[in-house]
Amino acid sequence: MRTPTPAAQAPGQQAEQAPARLYRSTDGRVLAGVARGLADHLGVEVLYVRLAFVVLAAAGGAGILTYGLLWVFAPQNPFERAVPLDRERDLTMLLALGSLTVGGLLLLHAVGLGIGAGLAVPLVAVGLGVSMLWRQADDDQRERWRTRTGTHRLTGAARAGLGVALVLVGAGAILVGPADLNGTGGGLVAALVVAVGLALVSSPWWVRMARDLAAERNARIREQERAEVAAHVHDSVLHTLTLIQRYVDDPREVARLARAQERELRGWLYRPTTDSSQDLAAALEAAAAEVEDAHGIAIEVVVVGDCPIDERLAALRDAAREAMVNAAKYAGGAAVTLYAEVEPEQVTVFVRDRGPGFDVDDVPEDRLGLRQSVRGRMDRNGGTAAVRSTPGDGTEIQLEMPRQRSAT
Amino acid sequence: MSDQSGETPPEAGAGGSGPAPGAAGTPPLRVRVVLVDDHRMFRSGVRAELGDAVEVVGEAEDAQQAVTVITATRPDVVLLDVHLPGGGGRAVLQELVGHLPEVKFLALSVSDAPEDVIAVIRGGARGYVTKSITGPELAAAVRRVADGDAVFSPRLAGFVLDAFAATTDVATIDEDLDRLSQREREVLRLIARGYTYKEVGKALFISVKTVETHVSAVLRKLQLSNRHELTRWASARRLV
Repeated sequence: MRTPTPAAQAPGQQAEQAPARLYRSTDGRVLAGVARGLADHLGVEVLYVRLAFVVLAAAGGAGILTYGLLWVFAPQNPFERAVPLDRERDLTMLLALGSLTVGGLLLLHAVGLGIGAGLAVPLVAVGLGVSMLWRQADDDQRERWRTRTGTHRLTGAARAGLGVALVLVGAGAILVGPADLNGTGGGLVAALVVAVGLALVSSPWWVRMARDLAAERNARIREQERAEVAAHVHDSVLHTLTLIQRYVDDPREVARLARAQERELRGWLYRPTTDSSQDLAAALEAAAAEVEDAHGIAIEVVVVGDCPIDERLAALRDAAREAMVNAAKYAGGAAVTLYAEVEPEQVTVFVRDRGPGFDVDDVPEDRLGLRQSVRGRMDRNGGTAAVRSTPGDGTEIQLEMPRQRSAT
Repeated sequence: MSDQSGETPPEAGAGGSGPAPGAAGTPPLRVRVVLVDDHRMFRSGVRAELGDAVEVVGEAEDAQQAVTVITATRPDVVLLDVHLPGGGGRAVLQELVGHLPEVKFLALSVSDAPEDVIAVIRGGARGYVTKSITGPELAAAVRRVADGDAVFSPRLAGFVLDAFAATTDVATIDEDLDRLSQREREVLRLIARGYTYKEVGKALFISVKTVETHVSAVLRKLQLSNRHELTRWASARRLV
């Protein structure tokens, strides 16, 4: 996925090109520098090499093929790499290639391999394919693609080789075939071969197009996510901020709004996938949230472990909620803490406040909250409740509920 | 925002020259603190809440500035926000913990995400308190950290119990670092229930100093334990 950086590739290329070998020259070249490079390599005058190519080209196109193959397989001279490849020269080269192809064909015609009118189209296709391939074989071009598509050098070369082979075979079949093939079947196969060759040669473009499409889709997804965040912020946070400004004279309401918003935002940010109140931790947090909202106090909820909620644990949650309500009422605005721990055998919940506290024995009978809602509820479901409170030191309610065996 | 940060270095310079008159007169009792938080309102709020209990010698609003200010002022305690521009509190810890052993870090954050909290503790912070902490409690926590003790908020205690819970019934624990002792567990449980160190000591019939020892031991385990459960637990929490 990641495109290899030129820096990372450089050492590999260096190692590859270390031994003395045939390079294409970029200095004083006419086409791709093959002739010049070959001349340098062999130590001959470049003119002779060029003449040889032309002579060979006249001999059934062998010169063109040789030139093309050398273009494909001989790398550009790395020491002359600095020569910039501009767009204008790209075009010039394309033109040169085109005329080379056409000229080669005309040459073939002249030499005696007659070309029928029906073959013109496939031949143009072949010419186009070959020139595309040759263009691709240019190292500068290759590098440009590599940085865009991440195409590996070796696979690129293999693909190009296969592509040119197919195109040449197809072309050969078309050129040689007509004498023997009466039906269109043979021509069709040849055209198909050419088409496959062209597809191989042009694959970098397809790859790039696919990449561009993927990138565009990613951008769209990001945009959607951003829009979702914006919508959420708008619906919740901005709305709450507006409300807070309206209730600026009511600190209690402001605190309640802020706390509710904080809780909501936290849940959204850190527990995006938590599902309703199927689990005890979420259920206790939801209960604490209700009490916070109703009584305008902050409750710090700490839950260790988690388990699915069942009938008993639902009773435990209700008792815990009642205990929190009690704490909220009598704590006088001081901090309330809920701590729950899920153990294999039981679940323990502590609700602690730092209010004035009271003497447990002095609790009047009419304070039914603790007596019935908490203790009664726990007793009925097989749990226990204990209240510890000392005047001046706050109150702590401890709830214990044995867990049902999952077998039952 | 920028005027505040521009104001910080001279202030830091003044703080640096502060100990001189302090040394001349009474020994400097007040803990020197640097506040690192990207919200100026929050910094000034903390400053006001701490009041005279500590001496705020510098402020920073991002990781890079924090490194500069802390290096220049060498405070006793850094109140460090977990989420900061420029790499977060972790970046600051990474940069400084090895080089300034005398500077203690106390993480102060609204973040609820356990992996963030655990990461900062493992990065070298001596404790973690939530921003909902009251002024006097925060001042006490700062003093405690300055003394070299660890500070666990109920939430952090809960995270730690949760993180280490998985191995209680597993017999194949090869290192002491990977489990909590029964006593440490009891101490953490009480802290998670909202008990102060003093109350924990009272409930367990041990001294506050012993409570601090237990908590510091837990902190050490948290920082040094390299078991995979910690990270696995953190990532699992994210998904659940």
